[in-house]
Amino acid sequence: MSRTTLDLWVGFFVSMGIVSMIFLALRVGNLGGSNLGESYQLKARFDNIGSLKVRSAVKSAGVVVGRVSAIDFDVETYEAEVTLTISDRYLFPTDTFAKIMTSGLLGEQYIGLAVGGDEKMLKRGDVISKTQSAIVIEDLISQFMFKKASEGDVQ
Amino acid sequence: MSKFLGNFFRSIGHQVDDGIWRLGYACRFLLTLLIYSGISFRRFRLTAKEVYFTGVLSLIVIMVSGLFVGMVLGLQGYNTLQRYGSSDSLGVLVALSLVRELGPVMAGLLFASRAGSAVTAEIGLMKATEQLSAMEMMAVNPIARVVAPRFWGGVIAMPILAALFSATGVFGGYLVGVQLVGVDEGAFWSQMQSSVDFREDILNGVIKSVVFGILVSWISVFEGYDAEPTAEGVSNATTRTVVTASLVILFADFILTALMF
Amino acid sequence: MTRNDLPQDDLVSITDLSFAYSKESGSRKILDGVNMAIPRGKVVAIMGGSGCGKTTLLRMIGGQLRPQRGSVVMDGQEVHTLSDRKLYALRRRMGMLFQFGALFTDISVFDNVAFPIREHTQLPEELIHDLVLMKLHAVGLRGAAHLMPNQLSGGMSRRVALARSIALDPQLIMYDEPFTGLDPISLSIVGQLIRRLNDALGASSVIVTHDVAVSLKIVDYVYFVSEGKIAAEGTPDEIMSSDIAFVKQFVHAEPDGPVPFHYPAKDYRKELLNLP
Repeated sequence: MSRTTLDLWVGFFVSMGIVSMIFLALRVGNLGGSNLGESYQLKARFDNIGSLKVRSAVKSAGVVVGRVSAIDFDVETYEAEVTLTISDRYLFPTDTFAKIMTSGLLGEQYIGLAVGGDEKMLKRGDVISKTQSAIVIEDLISQFMFKKASEGDVQ
Repeated sequence: MSKFLGNFFRSIGHQVDDGIWRLGYACRFLLTLLIYSGISFRRFRLTAKEVYFTGVLSLIVIMVSGLFVGMVLGLQGYNTLQRYGSSDSLGVLVALSLVRELGPVMAGLLFASRAGSAVTAEIGLMKATEQLSAMEMMAVNPIARVVAPRFWGGVIAMPILAALFSATGVFGGYLVGVQLVGVDEGAFWSQMQSSVDFREDILNGVIKSVVFGILVSWISVFEGYDAEPTAEGVSNATTRTVVTASLVILFADFILTALMF
Repeated sequence: MTRNDLPQDDLVSITDLSFAYSKESGSRKILDGVNMAIPRGKVVAIMGGSGCGKTTLLRMIGGQLRPQRGSVVMDGQEVHTLSDRKLYALRRRMGMLFQFGALFTDISVFDNVAFPIREHTQLPEELIHDLVLMKLHAVGLRGAAHLMPNQLSGGMSRRVALARSIALDPQLIMYDEPFTGLDPISLSIVGQLIRRLNDALGASSVIVTHDVAVSLKIVDYVYFVSEGKIAAEGTPDEIMSSDIAFVKQFVHAEPDGPVPFHYPAKDYRKELLNLP
């Protein structure tokens, strides 16, 4: 085989590899979509975060506006302290409400931001004061059963 | 009885002894190979030729297998997910299984049996026909001239093949999932994108494939260089390459998965 | 003429060389206290039965094996004490023809001969082209330059390998069993080539062989190796007329003699009758 055909094939092979890496990165992975660009950080405290993880989505009105960048346990208040990284393009009022929600019945958990009506906006490093913890399915079931049981007592 | 036990332990000891000795020999061989690797990069055409033989000639088998594995994942995944009403997650299932595990592992296994065995046989035959000795007498170091380019060719080709395997696999899953059984195209891709992380999943998959590439290439060139210089010795070495490389890939995959995810 | 009458200008001198494949005591020695000299410009044959250590001797001259005792000195340099770099530099001045040629099967005849030139020099491609054709012409195979090694007959590949081993105009050319498996015509062609190339290049040659008839015609001096020792030495005429029993048996190809027909065994009668 001559040198030029060899070079041609090896070049073709390597470019195919590069194309498939780009395909994996952009089309399959979230390298293109998750790019928040410039961002700022907010904190929020929850009694229970359920199965929320680092890199879980932060959504407002269903749109991804940021990601969870850190989860810590506060030893003084015994609460979970979640750091949210939000894209610079989105600003939220100070009375914004952060809820841990579940996509679908058994899906992944994410943080939903319900926007309030305050004029002032949250700044870098601020803490979201109004939060609602994750719904733990065992708690729901036991509540439901207690309620049923007490209804039965009345009858 | 005591004699039997004595022999039993002695034979175990002998096996362990032998294994450790061989491992040490293989490590020293790798070190020598790395020391003499300069020529593989200074005269890159030598390595490019091996990339052709190990990579380009494995393209067809890798892409066809990738396509079919992806299609099977699409069908089986759809059948299972549909029962729980979450067939929209098909893309996630196909992409994660391929990128994290099947891509590197299957490509590694195919690479070991297609390219690794060929490298072992080639080096073994060169040894059996005294070509390596002749090279040495021509004042050309066979490790630098023959072994190192084959090693680096494999190390370069393997991650590319694994990426191609994953990409064609995802495409196969798309063909079956979206075109054949009718999962929503938007949901297929968007769910995939929101769940597959570049650093966590794709990059770790690439790291795996690089590690497998190093292991398979190392085993192939070592077995070839160490082969007994007879027809039988070369064929034994080729078999050993495929068996050892496959086992090592699966074992290393377990270790890497435990460390990464 | 004995060895001492030859001019004392030796390219290679071997003193008290001993070698065994395993270092454990009691293992059979392949070579045991061999002394030998290869004078400049001469063709020397090393003869002996199969497995008597002839090839081992060549590998020691080339520095591929390390002796347990003794030394090999080529052109003032002791081969086994050299660093890798110096050993490789020394090897550029050696050419070796392997038993079956050992041509690189994946490249053409032309590229085979060009291989050592391309590896060791930075010559332009046109010059390499001319050099290679000259070497191939010397062995009469200029017309076969474009063939692949698997298209050559045994004698032709031996000649191509010869062209390759003289590609860098070596001072010392070593031949490992160059006559094995050749038909009579190829045999005498290769024999004549060895002599002609040696004289044309002003090199020295060592031929390891057990082919008495051809080699006695072309060599200047002969060493007989038996059981790791030099059993006899001399010029071809001395060897032909030698009355040393071993040499006589070898030269005249007698089946039994000092080299016994039977592998050492128990007494025949006792073994058949199952006696102790």
